[in-house]
Amino acid sequence: MKTTRRRTTKGRQALTGWLFVAPFTLLLIAFLLLPMAYALKLSLYRSTLVEGEVFAWFDNYRQALGDPEFRSGVWRVLIFGLVQTPVMIGLALLAALLVDGVISRFSRFFRLAAFVPYAVPVVIGTLMWGFLYSPNTGPLTAVTGIDFLSNNMVLASLGNIVTWQWAGYNMIVLYAALQGMPREIYESAKIDGASEVQIALRVKTPMISAALVLVTIFTIIGTLQFFTEPLLLQPLNPGAITNSYTPNIYAYNQAFSFQQHNYSAAISFLLGAVVFVGSYIFLYLTRRRSALR
Amino acid sequence: MTTLTAAGAGTGTDTPRTDTWRAPARPGAGRISSYAVMAVMAVYFLLPFWWLLVAATKDNDGLFGSAPLWFAGENHFFDNLKVLFTHENGVYLKWMRNSALYSVVSGVGATAISALAGYAFAKLRFPGRNALFAALLGLIMVPATALVLPTYLMMSQVGLVDSIWAVILPSLLSPFGVYLLRVYVHDSVPDEMLEAARIDGAGELRVFRSVALPAMRPALVTVLLFTMVATWNNFFLPLVMLSDNELFPLTVGLRTWYMSATLGNAGPALFNVIVVGALVAILPLIVAFLLLQRYWRGGLTIGSLK
Repeated sequence: MKTTRRRTTKGRQALTGWLFVAPFTLLLIAFLLLPMAYALKLSLYRSTLVEGEVFAWFDNYRQALGDPEFRSGVWRVLIFGLVQTPVMIGLALLAALLVDGVISRFSRFFRLAAFVPYAVPVVIGTLMWGFLYSPNTGPLTAVTGIDFLSNNMVLASLGNIVTWQWAGYNMIVLYAALQGMPREIYESAKIDGASEVQIALRVKTPMISAALVLVTIFTIIGTLQFFTEPLLLQPLNPGAITNSYTPNIYAYNQAFSFQQHNYSAAISFLLGAVVFVGSYIFLYLTRRRSALR
Repeated sequence: MTTLTAAGAGTGTDTPRTDTWRAPARPGAGRISSYAVMAVMAVYFLLPFWWLLVAATKDNDGLFGSAPLWFAGENHFFDNLKVLFTHENGVYLKWMRNSALYSVVSGVGATAISALAGYAFAKLRFPGRNALFAALLGLIMVPATALVLPTYLMMSQVGLVDSIWAVILPSLLSPFGVYLLRVYVHDSVPDEMLEAARIDGAGELRVFRSVALPAMRPALVTVLLFTMVATWNNFFLPLVMLSDNELFPLTVGLRTWYMSATLGNAGPALFNVIVVGALVAILPLIVAFLLLQRYWRGGLTIGSLK
């Protein structure tokens, strides 16, 4: 009696389980696996005037790897990431350590202020900074004497927008990690004569290395996909922000301005693959350091 | 694993630090410099908002002719609002309605679908469960923007582009939401509770609806908030999918105004309207953010401390 009951429960659970995950699984197939497969397929073909679509193996990829416009875009986001990521994570870490060290109404207000930019659409954050950068509508040029939209400055100015928008988000993640650590350790370090600054740098920072690794990965993933900010600021300096400024902008223009769907798919797939493989390699390499549990 | 409730509660109930006996003079100096650094950073983070608030009260001449960070003589805020809502036959209101529609439908849909899947992954035994969940974890790192163009090309094959579904359907997929809810259910909904309901004769659907779902509420609000805001803020997907001006969400619509204003190819530039449009577009987000702070933090912490 009891065994039959259990068996039917089991069968019912299997059926319900499948029904419950079915909508999600369908979406996963339709909007993740199929687009990936479709991009891969497109990227292996070329459209020619004479023969129409022909299978071309890896010709599109070969073209992309030798394409100076694509390569300069890749270099740009790499250099951008190399500079912007440490600056922003450093700022976020400093903010998190400050908020963790000082408990008061002001630090609670500060936490809010730092996080609000994250709640704003990237489009609008970029619009606001575009106005602030412009010598006609913003105060920054008058105060500093720097033209933030000039050819030499525009990449740094874009970096500032990203930093402004995401530093607070990363601060909250790091702060939450700090809050999860046992406070007794700080107390004993203090009794040993460590100063607040020493505790922050030598005790607290290593303890949240897992969270630091995580926010670094998310930042790198974000910078490689750089798209909205440069696209929005493009009309302010089209000479500097070209149609191949970042790989994503290049893929977008190849698809929509030049109807090069196959080539665009190859760039998208390449970019996705690099981000995907890169983030797993990074996770793997830092696994030991981040395994705090 | 850290549960959502523990993470959410952690911030309000900090025990006050008591730097009583050791070197009372030094922490004082340290405190002042801490406050100074925080104050400078707060100015940095809030400056654009202050500028936006001030600029929204100016007309186009005031925007270019007066001190950027202070109010000009007259207040044009309400004139600007009127132009905003009537410009191009009130298309801004349509964009706003579209943004609301896309984010509510995508948010509610994605949360419901993630709740079903997250619960099933955590509590139901069915063949293929572990393989499917492993696939989900593997695919969580696939960058969203790399999928936008292929998704567009695929959907244009079946004639789904340039419709509301082109924006809503891809937004219903939230691997992160499923992951978050699975972790939450796994940690905070006890098996005994579900088993007791089953013994009382409740079917699986009923166990989910009457027992599990109420227990999942805080995590559901977090997922709802994140998916709604993600859709409200989304730009790349609607930019690629939509070409009909009337279907644009706010982000894409404001960009078209900004483009024509900066390139100066559409009659008189309406920078003041764009500024007010930006302010009105972020107000709901700021309000939601301030009211629902607890849930924001919940989502962030669970993402970091898996």
